Amino acid sequence: MRDGPAIEVRDLRKSYGDHDVLKGLDLEVRRGTMLALLGPNGAGKTTAVRILSTLLDFDSGVAKVAGYDVAAEGRAVRRAIGLTGQQTAVDGLLTGRENLVMMGKLQRLRGNAPRRAAELLDQFDLRDAADRQVKTYSGGMRRRLDLAISLLTSPSVLFLDEPTTGLDPRSRTQVWATVRELLSGGVTVLLTTQYLEEADQLADRVAVVDGGHVVAEGTPAELKHQVGAERLVLTFGGSDVVAVAADVLAEDSPNREDRTVSVPVAHAKDVRRILGRLADVGIEPDDLTVDKPTLDDVFLTLTGTHLGGK
Amino acid sequence: MSTIELSAKRGSSEWAGAAGNARVLIARSLRHILRSPEQLMLMLFLPIMMLLMFRYLFGGAINTGDVTYVNYVVAGIIAVSVTFNSTVASVAAATDMSEGIVERFRSMPMLSSTVLIGHVAASVVRNMVSIAVMIGVGFLVGFRPVAGVGAWLAAIGLLVLFAVAISWIAVLLGVLAKTPEGASGLSMPLVFIPYVGSAFVPPSTMPDGLRQFAENQPVSLVVDSVRALLMDLPLGNTAWLAVVWWVAILAVVVPVAGRVFRARSASPAA
Repeated sequence: MRDGPAIEVRDLRKSYGDHDVLKGLDLEVRRGTMLALLGPNGAGKTTAVRILSTLLDFDSGVAKVAGYDVAAEGRAVRRAIGLTGQQTAVDGLLTGRENLVMMGKLQRLRGNAPRRAAELLDQFDLRDAADRQVKTYSGGMRRRLDLAISLLTSPSVLFLDEPTTGLDPRSRTQVWATVRELLSGGVTVLLTTQYLEEADQLADRVAVVDGGHVVAEGTPAELKHQVGAERLVLTFGGSDVVAVAADVLAEDSPNREDRTVSVPVAHAKDVRRILGRLADVGIEPDDLTVDKPTLDDVFLTLTGTHLGGK
Repeated sequence: MSTIELSAKRGSSEWAGAAGNARVLIARSLRHILRSPEQLMLMLFLPIMMLLMFRYLFGGAINTGDVTYVNYVVAGIIAVSVTFNSTVASVAAATDMSEGIVERFRSMPMLSSTVLIGHVAASVVRNMVSIAVMIGVGFLVGFRPVAGVGAWLAAIGLLVLFAVAISWIAVLLGVLAKTPEGASGLSMPLVFIPYVGSAFVPPSTMPDGLRQFAENQPVSLVVDSVRALLMDLPLGNTAWLAVVWWVAILAVVVPVAGRVFRARSASPAA
């Protein structure tokens, strides 16, 4: 791996005929960190991953992975990366161990392949199923095997294209735990996801992608900040009370709805102050919650549509 | 990490690497044979069924002159079993194309089209086992070849060439088809090519036009050569013509298959 960022993308463009998939994508991923590409279907996430993993040509722009030029030094890039695509790339007729050993041998691990396979089977909790044909595996087990295969050569950059799509919650949590472990081991990860929670949970930085370019980038916290502070949501018994409450809290720029009044809050003491004021006029809310902005809010604010195009 | 990187860099030339990868992928496809009941059935029972069918159901009604029908038809059934067994390679190649595994190979530092070599090799092995089974059963039902060692070797050599070429055609069709179902349909015509030839009946009984085609098409050349070699009949130049034909077919099909594989696997995921 050469010096510089682990992944560097500048003004990357790709179109199929009239259809522009990437319209000047810019990304930079520092070593040992994870960037999540968050966006709906058709945003260009998978296209970007396929280009960066040398599976697909691009029209113009600069794409470097591990310091190597994707267009000119494809082989060096392939040596440096691991890829877990949307489809699980495993051989169902072979056992888990055979899959790993085969993929290891294809990447010149030679005599080390069986040892490395055994290590990964342990690490991914597949030891008991190691010698069963993969077609008998559950979706989660296949995913884990797939992930294990992409780690055979200890790549410095790992692409995870929607690695938990279609998994049950338990398997998803398992995959997350594994990815966290990898990050602590110094691997650079580019993850694509449609799940806010996934980006929020795992990524150091999030790039929100829509229509083939990045519409916002930052840490999950920064992005949430763009949308605004947390809000205290107060629920009242009747609309007359709501009106009074909104009146009392006028200088907090309240947002009034049918049964609720919400106001932005920055600190715990704001909550106390607001409840105090209401108590002064003899009003007690029936219920109160603090709403944190979600990445979906971020997405809605930035693009005007919900994630997944809803 | 360091030991793995070291051994990855120690790799000699690209060609040695490609040969090593071919070995690994051939082993993979051979494992597939033993683990898929369909492949085993096709390999072991299809030729026996066909042999018994033609020997006892149709054979009595077909006049093949001086040669008994079973002695005539074994070479033909060998040709059909080669084309039939090779359709499995079409389906296997299409399955790989439609699943993520080709993407995986392409993201690794290797020549990904090597995967086709695995399918071809496994197909040739299936064909050879099938032929051996058929000849064995043939002996039980009256097949009496009169060939010497040299003629046997020549016949086997020609059949290997034929099986390699047909398997490459099958793999090409599988890559073109992209889905296993499509591959199964696309490779079906392959199975019938021997029928329009000298496999089961002497073409001399066919109408003009069809007869010329049946006598001279490349599968017939293989069938006629193998029959002549095993039964010690006059060979003429059919064997040489067969070799020229199938080497020429190979020379076209292999690069085309590689090119189509690269084009198809690089096209955007659906």
